[in-house]
Parts: sequence; C-alpha cells; structure tokens
Amino acid sequence: MLTDTERRELEEALKHYPDKRAGAIDALLIVQRRRRWISDDSLLDIAQFLGMTGEDVDSIATFYNLIFRKPVGRHMAFICDSISCWIMGYEQVRAQIQKSYEIELGQTTRDGRLTFLPIACLGHCERAPAMMIDQDLYGNVTPEKVETIVEKYE
Amino acid sequence: MERPLTQYIHPDGTPRLLGEYVKAGGYRSLHTLAAGIAPQDLQRLVAEAGLRGRGGAGFPTASKWSFVPMGSDAPKPKYIVANADEMEPGTFKDRVLLEGEPHGLVESMIIAGYALEAEVGFIFLRGEYHRSAERLTQAIAEAYAEGYLGKPLPGTTFCFDLHLHASAGRYICGEETALLNALEGKRAIPRAKPPYPQTVGLWGQPTIVQNVETLYNLPQIVNHGSAWYHGLSRSKDGGTKIYGISGRVTHPGWWELPLGTTARELLEQHAGGMFNGVSFRGLLPGGASTAFLTQEHLDLPMDYSSIPPQVGRLGTGTMIVLDDQTCPVGFVLNLEKFFARESCGWCTPCREGLPWVARILESFEEGLATDDDLALLEMHAKVLGPGHTFCALAPGAMAPLQSALKYFRDDFERHISLGRCPWSNKPTQLRVLV
Ligand SMILES: Cc1cc2nc3c(=O)[nH]c(=O)nc-3n(C[C@H](O)[C@H](O)[C@H](O)COP(=O)(O)O)c2cc1C
Ligand code: SF4
Ligand code: FES
Repeated sequence: MLTDTERRELEEALKHYPDKRAGAIDALLIVQRRRRWISDDSLLDIAQFLGMTGEDVDSIATFYNLIFRKPVGRHMAFICDSISCWIMGYEQVRAQIQKSYEIELGQTTRDGRLTFLPIACLGHCERAPAMMIDQDLYGNVTPEKVETIVEKYE
Repeated sequence: MERPLTQYIHPDGTPRLLGEYVKAGGYRSLHTLAAGIAPQDLQRLVAEAGLRGRGGAGFPTASKWSFVPMGSDAPKPKYIVANADEMEPGTFKDRVLLEGEPHGLVESMIIAGYALEAEVGFIFLRGEYHRSAERLTQAIAEAYAEGYLGKPLPGTTFCFDLHLHASAGRYICGEETALLNALEGKRAIPRAKPPYPQTVGLWGQPTIVQNVETLYNLPQIVNHGSAWYHGLSRSKDGGTKIYGISGRVTHPGWWELPLGTTARELLEQHAGGMFNGVSFRGLLPGGASTAFLTQEHLDLPMDYSSIPPQVGRLGTGTMIVLDDQTCPVGFVLNLEKFFARESCGWCTPCREGLPWVARILESFEEGLATDDDLALLEMHAKVLGPGHTFCALAPGAMAPLQSALKYFRDDFERHISLGRCPWSNKPTQLRVLV
C-alpha cells in the first residue's frame, strides 16, 4: 500500500505532466526515498496507482541506475569510476574500500550500514577522485580519507 | 575579460537567490520581451549572435529553432526542455551554472519560450545533482511568487510554466530523443528521426531540447545585442565558453573564456601546466566521446569551426588530459567500459560491439593481446562509427579509440610485444560486467 504521504507527493508530481504514466519515474523515486528500494509489492502498488501493468513499471525500474530493485544499506556510497577519477587514483580508493569493509563494489556491508556502488562521472572531475554518499559530494578522495568520510554515516 | 555567464557566481559556490540576482541585472531581459519584441525578431537576434549549442554537437541554435511551427495555427502546447543531464565523463560545466546561478536558467527558459511561443518548460536534471535540484526548486518557487512564471508577462499574453524533472540515471537520457522518452516516463531509448522533435517531440508536440550552457547565453544576447556578443569571442562563433580541465595538471578547474581560446593557453596559463614530473601526451577536448588532440594541435582555437572534422570536434569543451605516466590503453579501456555499461541496448552493433571492444582492450592490459586484436579494434572503430547505429552513443565511443589507435599505436604494440602493460605497476582494472 502506498502511504498517504507518498500518494500526496505522487499527486503533486503528476500535476507536471499531461498523462499519468509520465509520473512512473517520479513514483519510483518517491517510494524509494523512504523505503530505500523497490520491492515487488511497491512496484505493483505504483503500477496500480498509475494504471500501468507491473511488467511495464518493472521495465522502467530496471532501466534506470538510481532505482534499486534489491535491498540496499541505510546509506548509499557512490564511487565515481569514470576517466578523470581513474587517472587520479580511483582504483586505490576502490582497493581501500575492499580492504576496510571486506566488500566489492555492488555489495552492502554486513551490518547493513552502506551499499557501495560505482557511478558514472559525478561532474566533480576537477576534484577527482570523487564520491557521493547519500546526497553529499566529496572530492580529492584518497585511500587514507575513505574511512573518515564513511564514519559519518551511521 | 568579460565573463557574462559566471561573473556573479560566488567563489564558494553558494547560490545567488532572487534579490541578489535581480540587483545584478537578473530578469532585466524580461523588460525587453514585455516591451513587445516580436518572437521572430528575437529569433533573428539569436541567429545574428551566432549562438551554437554547447551540449556537444555545436549545432547553430537559431537554425534548430527555425523548424518550430510558429503563429496561431501552430500546435499547442509547445515545449522547451533544458538538457541538464550532464553525465559525459570529464564534463562538469553545467553543474557550475546550475548550482551557482539557478535563476539564470529560469530567465533563459522564459526567453526561449517567448521566442518560440512555447508555454511550458521542463528542466531535465540529472538525478545525482542534488544540490542543483534544491537550488532550482527554490529559484522556480521564487520566480512563481514574483510573477515571472505562471502569469502573463506585463503588457503581453505570453505566460510560461516551468517544471523540474529529476532523472534516475543513464547516460543515454542526455540524447535528446531518449530524453523525451524518459520525460514521458518510459525507458530512455532514442527515437527514430525524422520526425524531429522540433515538430513532433514531447507527447507529440513541437519541442526544443537545449543544453544548459546554451540557454544561459540568451539573457546576455537579449540585454547586450549580437554585436557585443560577437565581440566576446575570438572566433566566428559568438560568445564565451566554460572550459574545464581535469587530469594531472597543476590547477584543474573551470574558466569562462572567449570562444576560440587555444588549448595551449588553457593548459599552460589557466591550468598552470602539467603536474611536477609528468608530461603532456594528449587530451580529449570535450568529454569522453571526443577524439584525442596531441601536441601538434595545441595551438588550435577551441571552438566549433577551427578543429578540422577529420581531427575531431570540441564537444563539451571540458578537457581530460592524458599524461606520460598514464597508460593510453587503460585510458581508452576506462572510457569503453563506461560506454558499454551505458548503451541502452536497443541496437545490436552497440549492445554487442561495445562490450567486445572493452574485452579486447582488457586483454591488452592483461598482456594477452595479439596483432589480430589490434585489427579487431580497427574493425570495431569503423563498424561502430557514424552511420551504423541508431544513435550517436556508439560513434561517440569510437572517437577516442580510433584516435588513440592513430596517435598511440606504439603503446598498443608495446602491450603485445611485452606481454604486459608497460605501466603495470598499477592494479589491473575491474573486469567488465556487462
Ligand atoms: C549519448 C548522448 C548523450 C548526450 N548527453 C547530453 C547531455 O548530457 N547534455 C546535453 O546537453 N547534451 C547531450 N547530448 C546531446 C543532445 O542530444 C543534444 O544534442 C543537445 O542537448 C542539444 O543542445 P544544444 O543544441 O544546446 O547543444 C548527448 C548526446 C548523445 C548522443
Ligand atoms: S547506438 Fe547504443 S545507445 Fe544508441 S540506440 Fe543503439 S544501443 Fe542504444
Ligand atoms: S570523472 Fe569522476 S567526477 Fe568526473
């Protein structure tokens, strides 16, 4: 079931478009903002609300990078793996993450705190390597700084 | 040197809100519109100014506009879409504008709307640009409260509505027709052209998709005229450009400079030259989908007409520098992994070809490549080049590869003869997962 708040936000988003289906991406983002990921149930609730089929909504949900169809951690850590960050030491940062948290990119820490994901250029190339945790952007990241940055997210 | 696009942006990156923006001359262009300039005259002004699109292709903005049906018989509504999807690796110019001067985009879109008699605008914003989203939301609310949006401009019947759409990621969303599908809530797969969006775009209505930086030029042109605008530039295309440099240079960053500034000046004067101890080998002039320029090209003016097409193109104007301690094969591998991951999968050559290219480059880095692999790369660079795929993503992906094969062939060959990467003190790159 969509909550009242979610419904209200969705109604608000739909005001911007001439048809309901255009709200599909907004709907996925609205629901994900509070539940962190899109379960099959959420997917069907959204589909029903927008008058679409579950398959239709799923084909959208699985296309976009920022929609998660599997459970994720309490925080999302995105590590830029694009060219400027690669030149400036992205691989050392990635190696540090693997060492400190014993996980690969794409996985969640055992305590459910963080999910680490690679991401395309964050538009912060002049301060490469860059990473983003939730909505906070970090530049000039070094392996030494990784743990200090990550510590802030409980 | 005049910097009309960025002169008032606070050095610390905090946004200028309504009061401050208006005090500095913001929204002044709306008086010109309210005074009754005809939309066609506004279009002519933009044509005279010689404004060319800053989103990568450098298409003349006024010619693009000329295909939009005008007058009372034109279909309604018509749409203006700001392409704020900035996801091209190495490109970070639109973010500077969106975060530092959010009202600039609102004002620019009202002007574009007026010139094309389009009553609705969408800002298609990259989902990761949270700070831009926050500031644009506030700027739009302020503009509505002030009556710039949602009410007829004083003395006219023109009324403009503006909406912010946050995207959910995928590079292909930046391609203009894929963007329209994404805005309609569908998978972002490019549409066949013709019909062009100018006549059949968003929800089948006439639509103009324009890059953020392109749009920011409009208030300047309206306020100061086309002669002034031409005077800003060192080239025959008008205006300034937000250039940027990343990689191992002393001061990576961005600068608004006359269009036509040379790559040497950018590199040596503005970016302070290369880092201590490394030397220059080449650069991509504007993002991951442009071809390498080398030492011999450094004195070329960086604009839309001075780089010969057989050499390359300016792209977004944000440069990525390759130094002598970075492996050119690894560099291209990183780019091709990005393109392979971001292919929308619609057409087979791109969906199958890009991962193949990435795997071949990986075999070079691992020391497993043979001369046949070099030939395979050449073959892909041709068959995934212009004209063979549904959209420009795959040809864009081939531009750095093809030019790397031309300028850094020795390095590819050394990988084969040594049986390893000559820069192999670096950890090998992640395996491609596509
Ligand atoms: C794969 C691909 C990605 C693109 N991404 C962007 C982008 O993020 N921003 C942008 O302005 N243009 C992008 N473009 C170019 C747009 O399709 C379009 O040409 C541009 O937005 C037009 O604006 P302009 O005329 O103001 O340059 C992309 C093109 C392709 C083929
Ligand atoms: S070239 Fe690639 S991105 Fe473009 S339509 Fe084909 S598969 Fe999609
Ligand atoms: S390449 Fe990493 S932020 Fe641009």
